Amino acid sequence: MNRKALSAPYLFWITAFIVIPLGMVLYYGLTDKTGAFTLENIIAIATAEHSKALWIAIKFSLESTVICLLLAYPLAMILAGMQISQHSFIVFIFILPMWMNFLLRTLAWQTLLEKSGVINNILGFLHLPALNIINTPAAIILGMVYNFLPFMVLPIYNSLTKIDPNVINAARDLGANSVQTFARITLPLSLPGVISGITMVFVPALTTFVISTLLGGSKILLIGNVIEQEFTQAGNWHLGSGLSIVLMLFILINMILTAIFDKDGEGNAL
Amino acid sequence: MKKLVDLRNITKSFGSQIVLDDLNLYIRENEFLTLLGPSGCGKTTTLRILGGFETPDTGSVIFDGSDITKLPPNKRQLNTVFQKYALFTHMTIAENIAFGLKIKHKPASYVKDKIKYALKLVNLDGFENRMPDSLSGGQQQRIAIARAIVNEPKLLLLDEPLGALDLKLRQDMQYELIRLKNELGITFIYVTHDQEEALTMSDTIVVMNQGYIQQIGTPESIYNEPENAFVADFIGDSNIIASTMIEDRLVQILGARFACVDEGFGRNKPVDVVIRPEDVELTLPEQGTIRGEVTHLIFKGVHYEMEVLANGFEWLVHSTKMFPVGTQVGIQVDPFNIQIMNKPESEDEEAVGVNE
Amino acid sequence: MIKSSVRKLYIALIFIFLYAPIVTLMVLSFNASRSRAKWGGFTLKWYRELFQNEVILAALSNTLLIALLSSLIATLIGTIACISMQAMKRRTRAVMMGVTNIPMLNAEIVTGISLMLLFITLGMKFGFLTILLAHITFNIPYVILSVMPRFKQLNPSTYEAALDLGASPLRAFFMVVFPDILPGVVSGFLMAFTMSLDDFIITHFTKGPGIDTLSTKIYSEVKKGIKPEMYALSAIIFTAVLVLLFLVNYIPKENKEKKEK
Repeated sequence: MNRKALSAPYLFWITAFIVIPLGMVLYYGLTDKTGAFTLENIIAIATAEHSKALWIAIKFSLESTVICLLLAYPLAMILAGMQISQHSFIVFIFILPMWMNFLLRTLAWQTLLEKSGVINNILGFLHLPALNIINTPAAIILGMVYNFLPFMVLPIYNSLTKIDPNVINAARDLGANSVQTFARITLPLSLPGVISGITMVFVPALTTFVISTLLGGSKILLIGNVIEQEFTQAGNWHLGSGLSIVLMLFILINMILTAIFDKDGEGNAL
Repeated sequence: MKKLVDLRNITKSFGSQIVLDDLNLYIRENEFLTLLGPSGCGKTTTLRILGGFETPDTGSVIFDGSDITKLPPNKRQLNTVFQKYALFTHMTIAENIAFGLKIKHKPASYVKDKIKYALKLVNLDGFENRMPDSLSGGQQQRIAIARAIVNEPKLLLLDEPLGALDLKLRQDMQYELIRLKNELGITFIYVTHDQEEALTMSDTIVVMNQGYIQQIGTPESIYNEPENAFVADFIGDSNIIASTMIEDRLVQILGARFACVDEGFGRNKPVDVVIRPEDVELTLPEQGTIRGEVTHLIFKGVHYEMEVLANGFEWLVHSTKMFPVGTQVGIQVDPFNIQIMNKPESEDEEAVGVNE
Repeated sequence: MIKSSVRKLYIALIFIFLYAPIVTLMVLSFNASRSRAKWGGFTLKWYRELFQNEVILAALSNTLLIALLSSLIATLIGTIACISMQAMKRRTRAVMMGVTNIPMLNAEIVTGISLMLLFITLGMKFGFLTILLAHITFNIPYVILSVMPRFKQLNPSTYEAALDLGASPLRAFFMVVFPDILPGVVSGFLMAFTMSLDDFIITHFTKGPGIDTLSTKIYSEVKKGIKPEMYALSAIIFTAVLVLLFLVNYIPKENKEKKEK
């Protein structure tokens, strides 16, 4: 069996459907309608409208990444400490919601968040002030946290379960208290998972156009919305590609940072 | 006895690293031959070339009179017992043992008998329906052997099969393997880095280092008459001392003259001398050929291990008599126990230095 | 040390957060009122109407067909790719894996538009085929990611042992290697299937006017209001998957135990 010949179909596939298409984004982004080289589509990011959309997207995605991290880390620690024999069960519980359509799940938050919705009814029952966040930035961030939280939990959980319990025991044995053990041993050892989680939340949050459309009431435009409109409505592929290149630069920076921190790819989520 | 396997001018390199360099070796029928050497010496590559898992860059493999250099492993009339057993974990013990026979479309009744016979042979009757995971390391090892021998190979290749077992089990399995070989009457080629294993089981030992054969011989000759410093150092503990051959039967070691039995090295020739620690006799200071002082003492069970500093050299000594640290002693060696070796001359030989 | 009741409460809150929208959708599927905001009493009407709504059924069949085909093809290509990568030099393999991971690490919107530009340039008609090709592309990394570790865990000697015992390379692969990597292949397939089913963004850019998957159909209804039949359908799908996964997770184990006894 010549194993090398077996790589042909896959080589063809990644060339045709990954490498060449990315090349085309670069080509369109760096040319104008006549096909001449230009940087205009890239520089277009500096216009007030575009830079605002980019800025909001960065702000929202950073905020939702931080919230995800704060929610996910304690959760992952609790789950890792539960000694569940079935590692797959945890994964299963976080993957399961994906079988309910992502758009419907996100839309359901509208129902939950509405003025006379479920949440406000419960808050009213508890004599707490009502929440009026529908169609606001807060709703978009909530949607991001909701959709991407599993991508933060799973890598952190994975990296925590990989830590040899004897390493923790050794730290305790050497006199570290639980806070010191966490700060000096657990946290540094779980860092690859954290970094991987950050990437897996930050990139989709930065580039989404769906969550802002569904929960932001079409009033708040993220960079993703701008690019989507250039392709599906305005039909200016050159500008859309140019803005995509700018977006990819951010993803690239993120990936490089990840590669620096997570050399072995240990934090891979699933 | 007839030659069963003949390796001719085998060279093999991986990338820029030469693993085997013009290796020539034959194995006689019904021989228990051990390839012995440190990791990276080429012993496993030699075995894999025999098994068909590697193709040599040059040279040929003659098996039972025909050239099998290019023959794929599944077409070779030999079987391998792999390091860490390589049992098929999703099959029962019986299915594991039957694997090769079923591929050859042997009748079901034959297969069944063979499984029973093989399990009996390795002392694991009644294990047919167990899964490999439920067996101990030693038991898995026996199954791996059973799986290979039911195919009635002419040659059985064993790749450090006992490496993963603990010491006691390893010693038991050594006797077991000798018994098996005698009962089956097939040729064994055994790869190990454990000199004790090699000395216990083999008819012939091939000591290898860095792709070269250092010495071929019986266990006794390898142990008692190592041909160079590498072999001497690798097989057991020894004192290797740079010395000068004054004339036939007389050698100057650390400034003192010792009688020996070797001839033909020439006059005033630099040589290496090997003296086994158990061959160093400690005497009263005035009775020794040279004098020294005991610097270390450890009780080892069957003997005491001591280090004696004499004429600037730390002699390793094994003795049933105990001399406390600080004792002034004399050192004597029986002429028959002094092994003279040529100093390495070529660069190639130099490469096979003592410090592996 | 945090008390165990606090931990349990925390887990419970997160799970409420994750599953609240799903419960909401299930409740809405029984809501007699068409409005999302009002409860109009219990009804099974939407479940009945669902099976007469040809538009939704067509979208469903497209979704399932694309998910099934794309994950099957991706599993095939991905598994073969893993096999072939075993024989590669370290550096070549690293480059291959790097390119493999691009669709997973890159923004979905960029993957979507890049494929859209490719299909436009090739002059392809946007429809079933373009969606399928796109889905295969983003599914392959999930397959490779789940099959590759199996190869790393594999004891290379078992394959050689099978050859040594007389099996041909192909036979040795299917009898010895394949059973060992099978769990990875299956989970890769399921992962790919799930991702394909749940995808909206890439489908959005690679679909044509005449064709819809459930996701794109729902997106097009967002402005006018989602038809309650959609809730009914997603409730059915979710429940079916839940039951199926439950069966898959618990039944084989009992069989295994019996076999070992």
